Amino acid sequence: MPDYNLSYFYVFAFFVAAAIFITLLLGLARLIAPRKVTVEKARTYESGEEPVGQAWSRYPTHFYVFALLFVVFDVEVIFLFPWAVLFRTLGWYGLVEMVIFIAILVVGLYYAWRKKALNWY
Amino acid sequence: MPIGPFGIDPGIWAPLRLLLAVALTLFLVLNGALLMIYLERKIQAIIQDRTGPHHVGPFGLLQTFADAIKLLSKEDVRAKATDKAFFLMAPMIVFSPMVASFVVLPFAPDFVGADLNIGLLYLTTLGSMAVLGIVIAGWASNNKYSLIGGLRSAGQLISYEVPQILSLVTVVLVVGSLSMVDITRSQAGPFVNFLVLPFAFVGYFIAALAETNRTPFDLPEAESELVAGYLTEYSGMRWGTFLALTEYGEVTVVCSIMTTLWFGGWQGPGVDALPALGIVWFTLKVYVFVLAFMWVRATLPRMRIDQLMDFCWKVLIPMALVNILATAVLLLAFPGNLWPIAIVNWALVAALVFALPALQKRRLRTFRERTRLSAA
Repeated sequence: MPDYNLSYFYVFAFFVAAAIFITLLLGLARLIAPRKVTVEKARTYESGEEPVGQAWSRYPTHFYVFALLFVVFDVEVIFLFPWAVLFRTLGWYGLVEMVIFIAILVVGLYYAWRKKALNWY
Repeated sequence: MPIGPFGIDPGIWAPLRLLLAVALTLFLVLNGALLMIYLERKIQAIIQDRTGPHHVGPFGLLQTFADAIKLLSKEDVRAKATDKAFFLMAPMIVFSPMVASFVVLPFAPDFVGADLNIGLLYLTTLGSMAVLGIVIAGWASNNKYSLIGGLRSAGQLISYEVPQILSLVTVVLVVGSLSMVDITRSQAGPFVNFLVLPFAFVGYFIAALAETNRTPFDLPEAESELVAGYLTEYSGMRWGTFLALTEYGEVTVVCSIMTTLWFGGWQGPGVDALPALGIVWFTLKVYVFVLAFMWVRATLPRMRIDQLMDFCWKVLIPMALVNILATAVLLLAFPGNLWPIAIVNWALVAALVFALPALQKRRLRTFRERTRLSAA
């Protein structure tokens, strides 16, 4: 098996090993630990009060805005990685292109900032 | 017939090496967690002028071990309203990527699970997978505290991922490789990357605190308002794997990244003569950062969520972008000379240090104005 594939086999093996390990650990806990299910214990915790409704409901849109911003910037970062590795080969040409790319994103960030999308309240 | 290391047949050595690597990693994760929890409690106790655990074993060394046994024998309660499959799966979803991160960490020369040529990208990818597990845990618990904790955590982790990765890119610019081994080898001698790129390090350190959910960024599990955040509904060993194993494992991974990227990884006096000494140097450097994390935890108060988001998007990200562009321009303008980059970077660190009090003053002023308006 070539070295390249072997490396990724390691990655895969680590994932599987971790999953197996957790399963074994929780299995052991299940063997040792007591299991006495009562109505009171199976109730959702709400500081000792009777739970009101469900938690699966609407939540603030801040999270949505930040998730959108994150998607934009994370994709940018994925483009930065190959550029950084090949930086010396690409030289000034690559740098100018990256400056233009980042400048467009900075305009986006500035817009979001002025639109108060970055304000939590 | 070719002979592998230690005179073992290569056909047997390859699977044996894999097994050893997996076993050693799990051993490290488990014992690292035990040790770090002990250290955390002891160090916080010392800082707060208490004695900390001292009953079980000499100096209370066996306290965390006893806690682990206690966790194993506790009932694994699951509330009726939870989403069963996801609730049970969530600890695994955060634990597996953390363990898999150990594949690329270079502990010593030729002592690395697999030297992926995209090592750093791989680490950031796995680092962001923890968010999934936390959000799933928060949502599946069907508990209001858990949901708020999980969502806060999502907002915080994805926000701080951007400055974190931007800091890493700066190092990649200078080194020109994503492989953890190459990055370490490039820092032979006393001139480690930290001296050249301190701002990237500071940015990464702050973002790493946020990524591992540690104080001052432990909002997702802020106990004074959210009980235990996304962990509220978890109990027993399932809670143990979630909090103890995963959190401390992630701290180890993050500190290893800092060691490798900015402080020369395994490099140190005597490593050329005796490569195994690299493990000692690497571990020592990692634990310096672990102790720094604990120091921060015992010292700084928790931030508010709007301060947290403001600091990330309005301070760290713009500065990290400036840092990347400045580094790139100076690298091309002065080939083979790192002095200009170092000067700009130290200047940025100084700017950050001096800007923070000014920022805080402005924030206080707006806060006072707001209270005055609401009072009027």
